[in-house]
Amino acid sequence: MAKFTGKNKKETPGLNMGSMSDIIFMLLFFFMTITTMRESSLYVTIKVPKATEVVKLEKKSLVSYINVGTPMQGEMQRKYGTESRIQLNDAISEVADIPLFVETEINQRVEADRPFVTMSIKADKDTKMGLISDIKQELRGAGAFKIFYNAAKGERK
Amino acid sequence: MSDISFLLLAFFLLVSNINTDQGIARRLPPPLPPNQKDTPEVKERNIFVVKINSKDRLLFNGEVGDLHDLKDRAKEFLGNPTNDAKLPEKIDMDIPLLGSMKVSKGIISLQNDRGTSYDMYVAVQNELTAAINEMRNELSVDKFGKKYADLSTPQSEAIDQAIPIAISEAEPTKIGERK
Repeated sequence: MAKFTGKNKKETPGLNMGSMSDIIFMLLFFFMTITTMRESSLYVTIKVPKATEVVKLEKKSLVSYINVGTPMQGEMQRKYGTESRIQLNDAISEVADIPLFVETEINQRVEADRPFVTMSIKADKDTKMGLISDIKQELRGAGAFKIFYNAAKGERK
Repeated sequence: MSDISFLLLAFFLLVSNINTDQGIARRLPPPLPPNQKDTPEVKERNIFVVKINSKDRLLFNGEVGDLHDLKDRAKEFLGNPTNDAKLPEKIDMDIPLLGSMKVSKGIISLQNDRGTSYDMYVAVQNELTAAINEMRNELSVDKFGKKYADLSTPQSEAIDQAIPIAISEAEPTKIGERK
């Protein structure tokens, strides 16, 4: 009988951790391919409006961003107030700074790409159109005619 | 080994963001030459006026309207299927791949207030885009038997010519800015 009772306690074998790094590497490559680097940190809070007819923004290298929203809570709000502001690159800016911004953005690109530069207006949904209209007028004056209103896909309530 | 890859993974998760750039593309009109003061006259039947006030309410051709009706109104206006004398005229145009087409002369004039919310503005633009997209889809299925999104570049260019994005934006009113 001892033959049967002796080895009755089965132990779960330990997991082989050797292949774990492979799995993690696979995850790493997955995330590296589907994501893009954050170019500049945002100083304004932006919740883009919802729309159903959205299209993907193509040729990311030809896109410059104009961020519009209320300054972030904390130090930014103490410094810039709670009214909607524009963020160009890494700084809170005025409407009057847009022509210079457009010029530098266009000049950064190769000659052949310049007519295709798109200005993506990424604005908070509670922004008043007055500010957006001013931005559009400046863009028109500066010769940046291709614009893009950032919106999230979804049904508006 | 797995520690290192975990570290790398965490690093990439922190510094990157998933690409979620979607939206509505538009083209701004070039600025008016300084010696030109007024825009050319357009017949009344060829204009569909959409106004948004500072309280985000809509006015279509002077009547109070609702956002849900905008798409159908825009489609009816741009398509003019019954050749109504009150709706826009059409001109014959020779378009490659499509031949002679009747292209509507209708223009949707969009005017907002400085106090209009961006949310509402995008919603209106979205409805107008939806109307144009639906019409393009219908024409594309009719002519090429495919959806607009599946067309080749010359084909979609032909459709774009037959149904242009005829949205004109007027200078915004300033009522909502006074406090």
